[in-house]
Amino acid sequence: MKDFPFLSILTALPLVGAAVVAFIPRTKAELAKIVALGWSLAVLVLSAVMWGAFTIGGDRFQFRESYAWIPSWDARLTFAADGIALVMLLLIAILFPVVILASWHDVDQSTRSAPAYFALLLAFEFTMIGVFAAADVFLFYVFFEIMLIPMYFIIGSFGSGQKQYAAVKFFLYSLVGGLFMLASVIGLWALGGHTFDFAELVKGTAQIDQNTARWLFLGFFVAFAIKAPFFPFHTWLPDSGGAAPAGAAALLVGVMDKVGTFGILRYCLSLFPEASRWFAPAAMVLAVIGIIYAALLAVGQNDLKRLVSYTSIAHFGFIGIGIFAFTTQAGTGAVLYMVNHGLATGLLFIVVGMFVARRGSALVSDFGGAGKLMPVLAGVLFFAGLASLALPGTAPFVSEFLVLIGTFSTHKGYAVVATLGIVLAAAYVLWMIQRTTQGTLNPALTEVPAMSKDITLREKAVVAPLILLLLVLGFYPKPVTDVINPAVQATMQDVGANDPVPAVEAGGKVGG
Amino acid sequence: MESLQLPPIDYGALLPMLILFGAACLGVVAEVVTPQRARNAVQLGLALVAVVAALAAVVWQRGTRTVTIGGAVAVDGPTLFLQGSILVLGGVSLLLIGERSIEKGGAFVSQAAVTVGSQKDLQQAGGRPGATEVYPLTVFALGGMLLFVAANDLLTMFVALEVFSLPLYLLCALARRRRLLSQEAALKYFLLGSYASAFFLFGVAFVYGYAGGIQLEVVHEAVANPQRSEVLLYVGLAMVAIGLLFKAALAPFHVWTPDVYQGAPTPITAFMAACTKVAAFGALLRILYVAFEGVRWSFQPILGTIAVLTMFIGAVLAVTQTDLKRLLAYSSIANAGYLLVGVLALNEEGLSGTMFYLVAYGFSVLAAFAIISLVRDADGEATHLSRWAGIGRKSPLLAGVFTFILLTFAGIPLTSGFTSKFAVFGAAVEGGQTWLVIFGVITSMLLAFPYLRVVVLMWLSEPGESAPTVSIPGFLTSAVLGIGVIVTVALGVVPAPLIDLTREASEFVR
Repeated sequence: MKDFPFLSILTALPLVGAAVVAFIPRTKAELAKIVALGWSLAVLVLSAVMWGAFTIGGDRFQFRESYAWIPSWDARLTFAADGIALVMLLLIAILFPVVILASWHDVDQSTRSAPAYFALLLAFEFTMIGVFAAADVFLFYVFFEIMLIPMYFIIGSFGSGQKQYAAVKFFLYSLVGGLFMLASVIGLWALGGHTFDFAELVKGTAQIDQNTARWLFLGFFVAFAIKAPFFPFHTWLPDSGGAAPAGAAALLVGVMDKVGTFGILRYCLSLFPEASRWFAPAAMVLAVIGIIYAALLAVGQNDLKRLVSYTSIAHFGFIGIGIFAFTTQAGTGAVLYMVNHGLATGLLFIVVGMFVARRGSALVSDFGGAGKLMPVLAGVLFFAGLASLALPGTAPFVSEFLVLIGTFSTHKGYAVVATLGIVLAAAYVLWMIQRTTQGTLNPALTEVPAMSKDITLREKAVVAPLILLLLVLGFYPKPVTDVINPAVQATMQDVGANDPVPAVEAGGKVGG
Repeated sequence: MESLQLPPIDYGALLPMLILFGAACLGVVAEVVTPQRARNAVQLGLALVAVVAALAAVVWQRGTRTVTIGGAVAVDGPTLFLQGSILVLGGVSLLLIGERSIEKGGAFVSQAAVTVGSQKDLQQAGGRPGATEVYPLTVFALGGMLLFVAANDLLTMFVALEVFSLPLYLLCALARRRRLLSQEAALKYFLLGSYASAFFLFGVAFVYGYAGGIQLEVVHEAVANPQRSEVLLYVGLAMVAIGLLFKAALAPFHVWTPDVYQGAPTPITAFMAACTKVAAFGALLRILYVAFEGVRWSFQPILGTIAVLTMFIGAVLAVTQTDLKRLLAYSSIANAGYLLVGVLALNEEGLSGTMFYLVAYGFSVLAAFAIISLVRDADGEATHLSRWAGIGRKSPLLAGVFTFILLTFAGIPLTSGFTSKFAVFGAAVEGGQTWLVIFGVITSMLLAFPYLRVVVLMWLSEPGESAPTVSIPGFLTSAVLGIGVIVTVALGVVPAPLIDLTREASEFVR
């Protein structure tokens, strides 16, 4: 079972699916949807099998495959997954079928071709799986760049509002980040021993002098900080999240932005440990500013999709401090946060999308008392909001808590300020819910017939798995943390961080 | 009196050039003896056969390392690789030049000398068969380019420069539509090209004065053991470089490029963008690597500055363009800057990376101009950007191919544009020219914007009132598009074979 080429097949499968769906004629939209859904479910099954085959406590990187590609540069098609990549791959595999089902009628009203939309979604899944499965820096860079193209066309062709502006801004921001990274990748190759193999490079970068390593780190970090996005590189996300179709937006923040934080964990920390430690305070400051600033902006938003985008930026601040606190606890929390945020914000975006599709507007002020018309859907929105603000009992609580206590043990000040973010999260989520679903019924809503249609069977099938996962992982996160923990420990070893000795009963020994 | 000895001649090594020059002369004869109806087919066939035969000769000569006819011509790895590239790209350009089905009578005018706007001019614009002299002219130009990259002394190089430039000046003037622009382009190109040639020749005289010879290895030895004033050397090198930088369209000698690219018939623009670039950089590589390698510390910073300037001018001015042909012209200027970064690495990776880049860029740019030749209205090609709005709705295939080519130019991975940029940038970091790579990356960011603007325009904008029609490409243009796209994909996804080939070929004979 271990020798089965899981990762290469998992990467190639959606690409084949995209090609198949793209060739279905426009008139057979229904067929295209079914094929796309079936295909993404096949990916889900395969990744579930792979999860089962992963040996917890085994090698850090498993399922390694390597094929020659460009020998003269020593660029290889190398795939391997550690625990962090594995949970992200499973998150991707879960979110895509959900989003495809949620986007079932997104294209029906538009003049654009439905098969093209679903083919783009599958193509996007291909790039997403590839970027997490790659264990060769060149291959990683390739996926990092080409993931822009399907998302660009999804936003630009199938979005709403200022979609052109948003698509171009998205593309240029990411491309600029990518090119900074390209400069670093080239430098890494030239100075790190003419190889792109991750394991070799971890050894090779030890020889790079301190100053150069810091510059190389910065190239990678800027690319990842734009992708994540961290303050102050975040301005593209509200535009893209606001303009993209709701399903695609769920993928944008749920999966694609994780490439940034994943990249920092895998590449920045392990390849440039000294530089990571040197830049850590700056990164922590940016992360904390992001938490507070984005939360404040989220409070003030009147557009639901932009509001969710801002909450997402705030959440990425938490992931950021979790990574740069350099403790296993905070690191595990950060990775778990990445998974839970994908589920919670994905759910929130999808539910918001259901509201927007019914109302034909994303403005908070166009709603009001919608819960009276659609009690169940309003209940789902409420649950998604609570999960998003990390209510105990939902999965995000576990990760947020882990990040905060993990950070508190080394960086008290940051942890305290970040905790303020939780208060603000309650504010933006609850106020949003109050203004949309609670209170007196907005009379304009009764004139929109779709608003009286409560959750449909298809929509139940969309939200049920996410709600279930959020609850299960809220009470029993162990299966996931067991997979994440060894990988985070190995990363912390790479970066040379030692976990602080628990100081609970140390009494006089502390502060000496 | 000493009798003149004929130096030994290796005819095998010269065969590709002999074939082309012979075929070009035959073409001139064929112009007279074949009947009007058959002329186009005969000329195109003859030119293609000649190119294929010359290519076969290049392949047959692979592995040769020799200096022949008294040191005038060097046939070595880079020569053969570059000659092969020029021939392949030239052959593909010939297909574009030979296309007759898009426009009645083809893209060329039958008599260039007819006064613009006169009755006769209107008649010939209305569909009289175009000039078939273009084929022998193109083959002459190709022959000159082959000699240019093989020239082992400065005078041979000058002769080759003229042999391939003169036909190009003429070809630029032959556009069927927008005659005035075309003639202006030809005149500009001719005048500025002549100045550049004059500089080159003057520079050769200085270098001769310094080294006491014009053969590259003599110059190399003189540079290694300086005996005369270095002023002669530097003035000579600068002037020779000006001649080459002009042909390669590097700033500040690039000003002709947008006008000529816009005015010339589109197949000729494609031919120049692909083949002239290979020839110019081939010669630049040989001169810098073989003759002047010893003073690299002196010219590296200056040429480096020129590379940065070129990249910035190309990228920034590309942003402001509203005409597609001019946009591609500025993009080609920026690409010349990237190529110069590869050249300045001055190591084996630099040489092989530059050669890889030349081939990859040549195929993409041929496909790009082939697409431009398809979007037309009553006045010929509709090259103004606004006319391309919403073209993706009507012709998704064409817009898709053009999008792909633009993404290639922007250097997105899995296209040849990315692998070639990686090759030259990697070589430059190896060669200690990290600063050039940083500027290269910054300008790549700027340059992405104009490409993206076109993509947005094609897919996301609403079509305008009087949208141009998209012609059904004839067999020849389809072939060019197919070849261009396939090579661009192949060099992006599996570049290893060509990289290996360039590596094997990256050793000059001295």
